[in-house]
Amino acid sequence: MSLQVRLNIPRKDFSINVSLSVTPGQVTSVFGPSGCGKTSLMRAIAGLENGATGQIRMADEVWQSDDYFRPPHQRDIGYVFQDASLFPHLNVFDNLQFGLRRQTRDKRRVSLEQAIDLLALSSLLKRSVDTLSGGEKQRVAIARAVATSPSVLLFDEPLAAVDIAHKQEILRYIQSLHRELDIPMLYVSHAIDEVARLSDNLVLLEKGQQLASGKTADLLSQLSLPFANYEEAAAVLDTTVSGRDEFYGLNQLAFAGGQLQVSHGNLKQGEKVRLRIMARDVSLTLTRHENSSILNIFPAVIESMANEGAAQKLVRLNAGGQIILSRITAKSADELRLQPGMQVFAQVKAISPLV
Amino acid sequence: MHPDLTALFITFKLAAITTLILLLVGTPLAWWLARSQWRFKFMIETVIALPLVLPPTVLGFYLLIMLGPNGPIGGLAEAVGGRPLAFTFTGLVIGSVFYSLPFVVQPLQNVFTAIGENVMEQAATLRASPLDRFFNVMVPIARPGFLTAAVLGFAHTIGEFGVVLMIGGNIPGETKVVSIAIYDHVESLEYTQAHLLSGGLLLLSFLMLMAVYGLNRRFSVLRS
Repeated sequence: MSLQVRLNIPRKDFSINVSLSVTPGQVTSVFGPSGCGKTSLMRAIAGLENGATGQIRMADEVWQSDDYFRPPHQRDIGYVFQDASLFPHLNVFDNLQFGLRRQTRDKRRVSLEQAIDLLALSSLLKRSVDTLSGGEKQRVAIARAVATSPSVLLFDEPLAAVDIAHKQEILRYIQSLHRELDIPMLYVSHAIDEVARLSDNLVLLEKGQQLASGKTADLLSQLSLPFANYEEAAAVLDTTVSGRDEFYGLNQLAFAGGQLQVSHGNLKQGEKVRLRIMARDVSLTLTRHENSSILNIFPAVIESMANEGAAQKLVRLNAGGQIILSRITAKSADELRLQPGMQVFAQVKAISPLV
Repeated sequence: MHPDLTALFITFKLAAITTLILLLVGTPLAWWLARSQWRFKFMIETVIALPLVLPPTVLGFYLLIMLGPNGPIGGLAEAVGGRPLAFTFTGLVIGSVFYSLPFVVQPLQNVFTAIGENVMEQAATLRASPLDRFFNVMVPIARPGFLTAAVLGFAHTIGEFGVVLMIGGNIPGETKVVSIAIYDHVESLEYTQAHLLSGGLLLLSFLMLMAVYGLNRRFSVLRS
């Protein structure tokens, strides 16, 4: 049940050329600056964009080809729009039921109760939609899309109209959908933290052209891609909770390159946790410092280095197969005589679990 | 029946039929005007708005020529075995439809434009077919617009005079409407009857408009 897309969408100043696939249980993000064609791509997949040519296949169903166009209401999608505008003439419950009632019975796999539970809407059902906050509206919109049991969920910058305080909350709900349902998701955003947190795969779009695509962790740590130049350049690690130090309230997380200790709440043994380690929070030493306040120190090999202006260098490290980025001053790099292939120790000052 | 009551009855029959036809014709027309990107759309809008500025007698005059035995529409009616449409109730309905068209099309066009494409696209992604989304999304959201259009069309038809005078003539029981009856009463100095009909019409128009504004405030989905 994977979605295969190969599209060409002509626009005034450039044309969008994308080819991607979304597999079940996976989140694929399309990342790029505003106006790069992300939204047009999503609309074309939904059948809302005129003039798009190419192929769209969902499992063995053809949605679009050179001589066929399936109208939007016959495509098995759940679309979450940027501005969550719900039907103003219906209350929350009737909004949730709108798509569900129109889905054929044999295709219903998600129940209305499940959709309501997953997005914690049970207390809002009787409310009129114009009394809801931005975050609540978006939760209703997501549940409404999920309740149709779509073959693929499309999120078009779903956090754009949500205030900062509720962004994390909505992201957690989307993560729980990802965990609980086997629906492939396509997530469009220009916010790197959302993408780093949610997605397994990443497509980088610029002016309609696909610059790169691959595993999120791989792309975010490639020095040749623009991500590495962002102020918040970071590596993404997928870890498993391996233990807990009750005395100090620390969680032990295992990853390819060793163990990390993180003080983030109480995580369950065996739980998969994604971490984000900012390049600016990683410093390098040539020997392991025993008397340091930094807890997380592990050996790594320098893979490559890139200059960032005259003063800074970005170092790509390999710790047992896991890539970590480190941003250090050019002066330190010279004094330590850092070279690709050298064995160093990475000291991590701060880790943010993305849960 | 008292001739004044007959006139009243004909007036309401005319207004009701005209409003019904206008809603049936005006809705798709307004929808098209709200959605079309055609560059000469403004010309259609101009034609529809003409009755707003044209003296009713001018409109009535052209309609009379068109509907009369030598006009294209009247001639056609005669050719298929009917009679010319001038000075008939059917002719009156045709005239009223043209005369009140902008009062129905414009509020509908405004409400369709204000609602925008977004909710319709949402409905499409939620498996609603084009007709399904028109009737179950657009129409309920546009209810204030429909209400305004229907009442304005109805009230404006009740108030017409010039067009009726030109194409309807003054046939009691067939084309004599209230506004003509009032004119006749005043002409023959029957002020009591004129007062009665005028006052009745004034009160009725006031109540109808009040109902529209009151209801639209309650259903003000769009304004929120």
